[in-house]
Amino acid sequence: MKKLLLGNEAVAQGAYEAGVRVVSAYPGTPSTEITENVARFDEIYTEWAPNEKVALEVAVGAAIAGARAMACMKHVGLNVAADPLFTSSYTGINGGLVIVVADDPGMHSSQNEQDSRYYGRAAHIPVLEPSDSQEAKDFTKLAFEISEKYDTPVILRMATRISHSRSLVEIGQRSDVHLKDYTKDIGKYVMMPAMARRRRNILVEREKSLKQYSEEAELNRIEYNDRSIGIIAAGGAYNYAKEAVPGASFLKLGMVYPLPEKLIKSFAREVERLFVIEELETFIEDYVRTLGLDVIGKELFPKTGELSYEVIASKLKEAGINKEVLNLSFENCKAPNVNEIPLRPPALCPGCPHRGVYYVLKKLNLTVTGDIGCYTLGALPPLSSMDTCICMGASVSSAHGLEKARGKEFARKTVAVIGDSTFIHSGITGLIDVVYNNGTSTVIILDNSTTGMTGHQEHPATGYDIKGRPANKLNMEKLCEAVGVKRVRVEDPFEIKKFQKAVQEEISADEPSVIIARRPCALLKRVKSKNKPYCVNTETCIECGLCLELGCPAITNRSLISIDETMCNGCGLCADVCPTNSITRGDICD
Amino acid sequence: MLGGGTIKLDIVINGVGGQGVVLASRIIAQTAMKNGWQVRTSETHGMAQRGGSVTSHVRIGENLFGALIPNGTADILLSFELAETVRGLEKLKAGGKIIASSARVVPVLAAMGKTRYSDQEILQYLKKQPYDLTLVDAHDLALKAGHHKAANMVLLGVLAAQKLPFAGDELLNTALELLPPKLHEVNAKAFYLGKQAGEGYYGNAAATS
Repeated sequence: MKKLLLGNEAVAQGAYEAGVRVVSAYPGTPSTEITENVARFDEIYTEWAPNEKVALEVAVGAAIAGARAMACMKHVGLNVAADPLFTSSYTGINGGLVIVVADDPGMHSSQNEQDSRYYGRAAHIPVLEPSDSQEAKDFTKLAFEISEKYDTPVILRMATRISHSRSLVEIGQRSDVHLKDYTKDIGKYVMMPAMARRRRNILVEREKSLKQYSEEAELNRIEYNDRSIGIIAAGGAYNYAKEAVPGASFLKLGMVYPLPEKLIKSFAREVERLFVIEELETFIEDYVRTLGLDVIGKELFPKTGELSYEVIASKLKEAGINKEVLNLSFENCKAPNVNEIPLRPPALCPGCPHRGVYYVLKKLNLTVTGDIGCYTLGALPPLSSMDTCICMGASVSSAHGLEKARGKEFARKTVAVIGDSTFIHSGITGLIDVVYNNGTSTVIILDNSTTGMTGHQEHPATGYDIKGRPANKLNMEKLCEAVGVKRVRVEDPFEIKKFQKAVQEEISADEPSVIIARRPCALLKRVKSKNKPYCVNTETCIECGLCLELGCPAITNRSLISIDETMCNGCGLCADVCPTNSITRGDICD
Repeated sequence: MLGGGTIKLDIVINGVGGQGVVLASRIIAQTAMKNGWQVRTSETHGMAQRGGSVTSHVRIGENLFGALIPNGTADILLSFELAETVRGLEKLKAGGKIIASSARVVPVLAAMGKTRYSDQEILQYLKKQPYDLTLVDAHDLALKAGHHKAANMVLLGVLAAQKLPFAGDELLNTALELLPPKLHEVNAKAFYLGKQAGEGYYGNAAATS
């Protein structure tokens, strides 16, 4: 039977068929749906971990215990999990261990554009890269086989266009993979210097065997065609290149680390001009150059952003490739002048609780260190209330850094904003630093009771687990108090005046303080607003535009200010800021 | 759009995050699959879904390579929002079919008057382009059907009136398989209102004004 699956769903299906028993992950676009779909299988224990480091350590533990285990994350999550990654390469595994990492070329939903293949090389871990959903499933299963055959973790590298595209997948049965015996082996699993030195040698030998595997494995394949042009590519880049020049010869790589030296050399010998086409960094290209081969790569193709069929076809044309073999149908495209079309960046939703927070922060004209989540959108106009956004947790620690660089006076005009899930992920350690090192930062935890941007995943403070079952609920107030913050208060960000007063009091305090701005995400099913939409009394409205400053998508201004009742969530924030009381709830409008 | 021995139908779906673009692409793809076609899609998840521009691609045919439709080659542009229609034009082949909703979702900065959103200019521009344009107010028809959120079904209904490699009504069947029963009536109604618009029941003037 065939099913139409997202790449991410196919990885989940592959894990199921491979007999995986334990999966741990932290959500992050474009990887989130892998774990969400794994959680649908009752045979697999699945959890959301507080962060990727924990997730990978859980998976490592499960693998040492003899189960096939998997950890899933986005590319920046692998930075967080890098510590266990490098040493799990030394210990090797018992049951198979696969780390799925999804890169985001073009930064559709990320703060940077990093290339996870380098982690494989740096940690001496093999990396597989699929180019469609069927391969995503097949490579997941294969990754577990490689993991167990070579006693190594394996990285499965996904990318946005593979994770979030659907294609047909042949569905198979779950294989009956037994829990392997667990035997204590400190030489293998206790990485102290003496043991780690021995394991380091094993790791070097293992890499040689993996390289040999890469030479022979079916997942690296040559497709000879017109030999005047030879292209080495993997993943999404292979698809684009195939569309641009279907008649070329291809070396299609499914294993991108270790790379197959002999296979590449023999392919290079057979073709006249050799190209490497890859997204992000020059990972394959650099290797091909070390082999002394003449190759064209990023001096021709762009170094930034996503590749596309159009880019590849036009660049190959520029490089003098015969037009006969190129598919140049894009040249028929009459690109319209879209300058006149308004830009449409993402925006905080109608009813979003963060809007109240940013309205106040803007009004007080504070310096705001920000963090990763929906609330990063508060940086954009009209709210424009964020100064920095670096990585998960950095709001808290960098506010502390600002204070230590510029003094306490500066801290009196600074707040850190961080989401609830992000705070648990890695904000808490920053807060401990503030308390320990005599900081006086004010941290606002935007507690909307969910992991919002990635599509509403549960986390330790929501009271539910990944399958929606009641779970032990982390108490954030007590957590903050426990690390030594004496000023912890909970406020509703929609009670604007009260909230503003709270912020003013806490930034004035000469000690660390935490304001938990608590109001659930407006999109959460269990709290969906039943409030009637609001409307504008155009007779009393003076068109001052204060409501527009909230940046609510439901408020429009076509000669007169009005509220789109199908978009309005009934939160009433606009009514609160209206100086003439011209905005009222729908049932008393007309 | 289909012919010459090889089958190829590339559909670009444009809209605004939250309008149901991803679901619409899934319905089309699933229907094509049920009819034995190869199919690939590409979807927008994550940050852009928060009210930003979103695009889905659905490729139906044989020998599909990538999930992304090359510029200038899409057979149909299905657009859920007026301005997003123009953003999608670069994907469309010469003479391609546009099915667009005339309903607007005004971006925050345009509402504040910091960027322009002139629907009259956009409408005039679209009508001048060398494409086969069907314009419907999907928002209005969805309200008629019972709920504004059924606008995506209105547009699928308009699509169902086109020549497709499967019976148009199968789109509705697939949708009903994916939607909870309590939403079936509104969505079916919206689909047929769209289909009537696509077949020109309201007259071309009504459908394109």
